[in-house]
Amino acid sequence: MKDITELRFPENLRYASDHEWARREAEEAVIGISDYAQDQLGDVVYVELPKVGARFAKGDVFGTVESVKAVSELIAPLAGEVVAVNSALENTPDLVNSDPYGEGWMMRLRCTQPEQYDELMTSGAYVAMLKG
Amino acid sequence: MRYFPHTEEDIRRMLETIGVESLDALFSGVPPDCRSSGSMNLPDPLCEWELDRKMDEMAGQNAAVPNLTLLLGAGRYHHHIPSIVPALANRSEFLTAYTPYQPEISQGTLQAIYEYQTLAARLMGMDVVTASHYDGATALAESLLMAVRKTGKSTVVVSRAIHPHFRQVIQTYLKPTGFVVVEAGFTDEGTTDLTGIDWTDAAALAVQSPNFFGCVEPLSRHADAAHGTGALLVASFTEALSLGILKNPGSQGADIVAGEGQSFGLPMGFGGPGLGMLGARQDLVRTLPGRLIGKTRDRNGNPGFVLTLATREQHIRREKATSNICSNNGHCALTAAIYLATLGAEGLVRMARTNHNKAAYLAEKLQEIGMPLVFSAPFFNEFVVQAPPRFEAVRRTLMEKGILAGLSIQTHYPELDNPYLFCATETVSRAEIDRFLAEVKP
Amino acid sequence: MSIQMAASGLSMNEPLLWERGRSGRCGVDFPEDDVPDRMLPDDVAASTVPDIPALSEIDVVRHYTRLSTWNFGVDTGMYPLGSCTMKYNPKTNERQAGLGGFANVHPLVPESGCQGVLRLMYELEQDLCEITGMDAASLQPAAGAHGELAGMLILHAWLSQRGETRHKIIIPDTAHGTNPASAALCGFRPVAVASGPSGILQAETVRNVMDEDTAGIMITNPNTLGLFEAELPEICRIVHEKGGLVYADGANMNALMGIVSMGCIGVDVIHLNLHKTFSTPHGGGGPGAGPVLVKRFLEPFLPVPRVIQREEGGFGLSDAYPLSIGRMVGFYGHFLVCVRAYSYIRSLGAEGLRQASRLAVLNANYIRSTLKDVYHLPFDTPCLHECVFSDRKLLPYKVGTIDVAKRLMDYGFHPPTIYFPLVVPGSIMIEPTETESLEELDRFVEAMRTIAEEAERNPDMVHAAPCRTRVTRLDEVEAARRPCLAG
Repeated sequence: MKDITELRFPENLRYASDHEWARREAEEAVIGISDYAQDQLGDVVYVELPKVGARFAKGDVFGTVESVKAVSELIAPLAGEVVAVNSALENTPDLVNSDPYGEGWMMRLRCTQPEQYDELMTSGAYVAMLKG
Repeated sequence: MRYFPHTEEDIRRMLETIGVESLDALFSGVPPDCRSSGSMNLPDPLCEWELDRKMDEMAGQNAAVPNLTLLLGAGRYHHHIPSIVPALANRSEFLTAYTPYQPEISQGTLQAIYEYQTLAARLMGMDVVTASHYDGATALAESLLMAVRKTGKSTVVVSRAIHPHFRQVIQTYLKPTGFVVVEAGFTDEGTTDLTGIDWTDAAALAVQSPNFFGCVEPLSRHADAAHGTGALLVASFTEALSLGILKNPGSQGADIVAGEGQSFGLPMGFGGPGLGMLGARQDLVRTLPGRLIGKTRDRNGNPGFVLTLATREQHIRREKATSNICSNNGHCALTAAIYLATLGAEGLVRMARTNHNKAAYLAEKLQEIGMPLVFSAPFFNEFVVQAPPRFEAVRRTLMEKGILAGLSIQTHYPELDNPYLFCATETVSRAEIDRFLAEVKP
Repeated sequence: MSIQMAASGLSMNEPLLWERGRSGRCGVDFPEDDVPDRMLPDDVAASTVPDIPALSEIDVVRHYTRLSTWNFGVDTGMYPLGSCTMKYNPKTNERQAGLGGFANVHPLVPESGCQGVLRLMYELEQDLCEITGMDAASLQPAAGAHGELAGMLILHAWLSQRGETRHKIIIPDTAHGTNPASAALCGFRPVAVASGPSGILQAETVRNVMDEDTAGIMITNPNTLGLFEAELPEICRIVHEKGGLVYADGANMNALMGIVSMGCIGVDVIHLNLHKTFSTPHGGGGPGAGPVLVKRFLEPFLPVPRVIQREEGGFGLSDAYPLSIGRMVGFYGHFLVCVRAYSYIRSLGAEGLRQASRLAVLNANYIRSTLKDVYHLPFDTPCLHECVFSDRKLLPYKVGTIDVAKRLMDYGFHPPTIYFPLVVPGSIMIEPTETESLEELDRFVEAMRTIAEEAERNPDMVHAAPCRTRVTRLDEVEAARRPCLAG
């Protein structure tokens, strides 16, 4: 596992305490897990994602991410309806490790409570939380 | 005691190293009020020859083949076991190993079970087969829980032509979960009757083929019926040898196959251990209960095998696991693989055909002496006949003459008229069958 | 004494089974048909032969003999897997289980034809009751986890009969991983509680969570740190006061035979692992057997059929228990495994079993005492059947538990249980069992000490271990990402 200083936390994203990130795009948001989360998990071997059309409240479990010897639940950082999921993760779950903020994205939500986005942590606040 | 290597001197030295006075002082963490008061009341220990004598005597009190002519199956079958099967399976490197959690020194077990998974998948027509379950009954019960998980529905339709014990195990597993079991009856042909079934919220249809009556079920038709309502078809079996000549369940649309593999080289053993065989289509792999072995490579690029997809299992997913199973019947799976390798395709087909021929001969001859077949559907090596009222008395005297002649299934199926389930395998000779027939001829 | 690495002997390569086959071979000869050929109808008969490779008898013998040599078993060497009790599996047990009068008995033979079988089952149940201090037993559960399931079903049925529905069950963090999964199968939600600073569960902790919606507690005793749950009597009182039951996981009973009567200290239900405590071989994964034992008031709930002693003499099987949880397996459990356990108990007797426990505890404490200066020992108190170290002292060299485990193979030992229990990060859980000699323990200790030195001096070498095995570390990530589960 890496030191926090070796990990990336882009400033154009917002972060949840459960280590998901969100990127606002008009009324929609793209969701994934942070560099810290993927580093803690180790090699991701499987990602279980929801179906398009599924609806989540903030804090709901929307899927799971697995390494060889661990399973973690994915927690929705925002409320909304799933408009797309990253089907590339089905066969190449390693994208979550290699590019957590890019090709390793997980789902795109149509936000039902867009104001929740502003309640998420900024990059700086998230790093501060990680450093405890 | 010969199993303890410690000399008095060893014990003294070890206690000294630890820094305690006596063996009893090692138990200082056990409070006095938790200690046993007296010694256990058990029979005195036996040396090995005394033990042999005692066990020989107990074993001698049982009616066992070959001293018994067995015309009975009903979930346990007497087949010839080639000598090499136990000789190889019982090699102590296989027998005295634990679950292969350390793959570098467990490649023997791992490759052998990977080969079992492959052979079993081919026979059952499935994409994936687990490394084994306790027996056919628990495999079937777990596969229904799996169907419930996969479909999100809460009812299972279970054929009454499934082995009554298997149905009882299903009840045991499902009772505390609140999932509902709907029973399907059977037709005059002896196969599952789906007319009038309430398919509301049905996760699965479970049938057995050959079923408890020995009849081969029309699995394709059952698959269409189940799939038409969004349910999975779970196909079970108790006589694995039938897979040698019957159309396999996967090719007929079964989504999950869960049955008993005892016929593949395992002795009857008063019912256990057997081999729970459980397979599924590829898209169900992550809902499978139990261990799976997969192929991979080592750091030098050499092929090797490991336990894989462990995140489904109890030690990682804990209360959300696909099952609580940990120890399975791996050694029985190894035995089955050795048996199948010994027979090969040709031997398996020949063995299955011989079984069918023996049973067909017995059925024909029973009909000739007034014990007609109850059902008309094709059978493999078991079938049900209607016996005359006096048959039970004859059957009892036959037991004294070393013939176990069928099984009354009246208590399980009160609507049938004095039904007896018979079986004949390759191990029964025509002469034995003829001797039995001479005894029961009116 | 100097520790030597394992020698690499001639290890034969062997392809996959179907790479050996050649059509036309067969390992079985058939007699002439003595009955006429009867074809099955086309709509049920397969149109092709199954895809099973064809081998001659010697091909099969070579294939499996070679595979077997790639395995490590108890007969090969010390196998100190914590909580698995990998003791020597006596050969006489195999002889007894192989007797035709046991192996070749059909399970539906009339009672008169299986009196020896039923007597053995009945006596084994009695013996197990005597060893645990319980009142009644069933041999049906097919493995430890299956015994846990039977126990949870009994709790569920007992509550139902009293008209109660409870939703929770207390499970300490030192419990076996199967416990939460077994409880969940009965609809109980596990409530995890932490063990106290000395590694055992404190009664106070249970008092704080036990309520009228909690069915009871599942507790492993001795726990997975190898420690006796000394507050168990008080915990039992607390659970009973709130109308719950106490389930003990008896997987670690090898520490306590003839020393502690679980029934007398308040346990209501317990399961045993015949393939651990009672010396039956583990077979590379199973079959084991997990008998479930109860106090008298829970006897009506045991699985059916039960083995009973008939008033007129002899033994029988009875389904006449309307409150029973039902049937757990197709027939009566892993009978041939039970024969082995019976053979073991008869060979040792009461004093032999007690001595087995005392020597198992002696061996574990010897390892604890001789390794604690080089490996971190999180709970430095006398242990029972196993002791738990961690990799803390090796972390500065970036050597972890996994590396120690793999390096042990090079010295000819099976690794201990690793990364379990979870309460100790990087845990190394060692259970030597009573059948290891002082010399063997010394060799193991020497290997462990050597590895600790190697970790400091040459960590890369330890990371590269094992180097004397047929294959090196395997790529588990690739196996899970792109599963190849059949050839």
